[in-house]
Amino acid sequence: MQKHLVNLLAWVDERFPLTSNWKAHLSEYYAPKNFNFWYYFGSLAMLVLVLQIVTGIFLAMHYKPDAALAFASVEYIMRDVSWGWLIRYMHSTGASMFFIVVYLHMFRGMIYGSYRSPRELIWLFGVGIFLCLMGEAFFGYLLPWGQMSYWGAQVIINLFTTIPFIGPDVSEWLRGDYVVSDATLNRFFAFHVIALPLVLLGLVAAHIIALHEVGSNNPDGVEIKKNKDPVTHIPLDGIPFHPYYTVKDIVGVSVFLIVFSAIIFFAPEMGGYFLEANNFIPADPLKTPAHIAPVWYFTPYYSILRAVPPIFNSQFPGVAAMGLSVMVFALMPWLDRSPVKSIRYRSVTYKLWLSLFVVSFVILGYLGTVPSNVWGTFDAATSVVGGADRATIVARIFTVAYFAFFVFMPWYTKNEKTKLVPERVTG
Amino acid sequence: MANQPVDHGKRRFLIAATTTVGGIGAGAVAVPFVSSMLPSERAKAAGAPVEVDVSKIEPGAMITEEWRGKPVWIINLTKEMSATLNKHNDLLTDPGCDVTSQQPSYCKNATRSIKPGLVVVVGICTHLGCSPSPKLQAGGDMGAAWAGGFFCPCHGSKFDLVGRVYKGSPAPTNLVVPPYKYLSDSMLLIGDDSKGVA
Repeated sequence: MQKHLVNLLAWVDERFPLTSNWKAHLSEYYAPKNFNFWYYFGSLAMLVLVLQIVTGIFLAMHYKPDAALAFASVEYIMRDVSWGWLIRYMHSTGASMFFIVVYLHMFRGMIYGSYRSPRELIWLFGVGIFLCLMGEAFFGYLLPWGQMSYWGAQVIINLFTTIPFIGPDVSEWLRGDYVVSDATLNRFFAFHVIALPLVLLGLVAAHIIALHEVGSNNPDGVEIKKNKDPVTHIPLDGIPFHPYYTVKDIVGVSVFLIVFSAIIFFAPEMGGYFLEANNFIPADPLKTPAHIAPVWYFTPYYSILRAVPPIFNSQFPGVAAMGLSVMVFALMPWLDRSPVKSIRYRSVTYKLWLSLFVVSFVILGYLGTVPSNVWGTFDAATSVVGGADRATIVARIFTVAYFAFFVFMPWYTKNEKTKLVPERVTG
Repeated sequence: MANQPVDHGKRRFLIAATTTVGGIGAGAVAVPFVSSMLPSERAKAAGAPVEVDVSKIEPGAMITEEWRGKPVWIINLTKEMSATLNKHNDLLTDPGCDVTSQQPSYCKNATRSIKPGLVVVVGICTHLGCSPSPKLQAGGDMGAAWAGGFFCPCHGSKFDLVGRVYKGSPAPTNLVVPPYKYLSDSMLLIGDDSKGVA
């Protein structure tokens, strides 16, 4: 039997680079030995991607992309399809988990300088994946055809209306109608289940190919390829991805699945944060729910949109600021001029700026989930801010802080007081 | 043939010609695909005008009708409501309704309507297209200074009773007044104002 398998493998290898690919990407792909907690989230993002694809395929077997049938078909999945509720909750919870995992994965890249040379392309592919993911989440959210689906899509498509000159035509083209309608639902379904998943898979492949070309960064930000064994040419601080990190990742996967299952079984709606209450009401084009907010993972950007006042009677600046707040990550490899990569060796100044960014992101995220008058309004007699909503002013301050982190980065990183970076990775 | 020197000029020309022709071809093929996403003939045909009987709207009340998939509000202002309209002009972005795209010329007046007191506006916020909530009564949960109007739950835009936007709202312009006309004293035709316009 053994002999037959060896022969079969040889037969395949003559026709397809199976063994060499296994080696190049797993058993002889040398990753730094000092990966920590933060390095779980890449493989977890992969896991969630697979979960979303598999659950999505099974949901598509029962779902109807038709404005007259969509809402009822989701309820049908929840009530009448065997285990349909589980598959649907896995998919809806998976969407939120995808963003949690990806945000942590991105933050890992930020603190350890994984976007810096020579990993700029990995980072850019990653930004592409992030954009794709946002698109997937947005298109997918329309499909249940609830009130939040409908009005969320209405608002986001109307963002394009604000583009000077061509805006109204672009949004009409996106909707395929004068209002969000059956035509819109049908094409969003096509984008959600075919177009974007294909792009997403391509980008993930590019992300990993680029990573395996230059090698992984690590918590010390030291290039392990600089110190190789003179005989074997294997990095001295590297260990084979398989079995070392496959085993490590299994631990991460186990813990993740415990959390994931707990949410699915005990809090699939997460108090309205993962599945919003208003989305259990069928779409009504004549009535906007009294309080509408996007799902939590979009709220920081939504806050920025709300915070920017119209300029010259145009809402475009707010829309542009929101777009920029997402796209600006792509510039990080060129904005950061620090001589070191990892936060372990960076200055207090940098740490303060990064903290400011994190605080801004969280506060903007919170404000995006609540109405803008949540903290009341300033007294009309107050100078400058009189009459304005308190929360709006706070959102403006943190919008400025959010962008300041990026805009001033070339200056505060250039002459940073860094600590001495060791030759080899530590611990 | 194989021994002849490479004619680089010819090669460049052929590459450029092939790329150009191929590019034009790809562009031409993209046209039907991109066009297929525009509103279809069926969607275009669905925008017919709607008739509304306005005789049963109580003073101080409003009704919502659907026209082209959008809510259209018809508000019957009381005398007290009408009287408040010119008191907050300095708080409005466009009190005189000078942005011509937001109402037909025959509605550029104090109540933005053909018949004073019977207001017809599209209930879609000019910011990002949500439908504002009616807060017709003065005061209430909108605060003591509120003169009555509409509040958009999405991004907090505020409008007065005839759909004029308050300064400081994310919405840049007043709500749209659709084209309409009276077929009789109580019958309104929304979406068509051809001949017989007041």
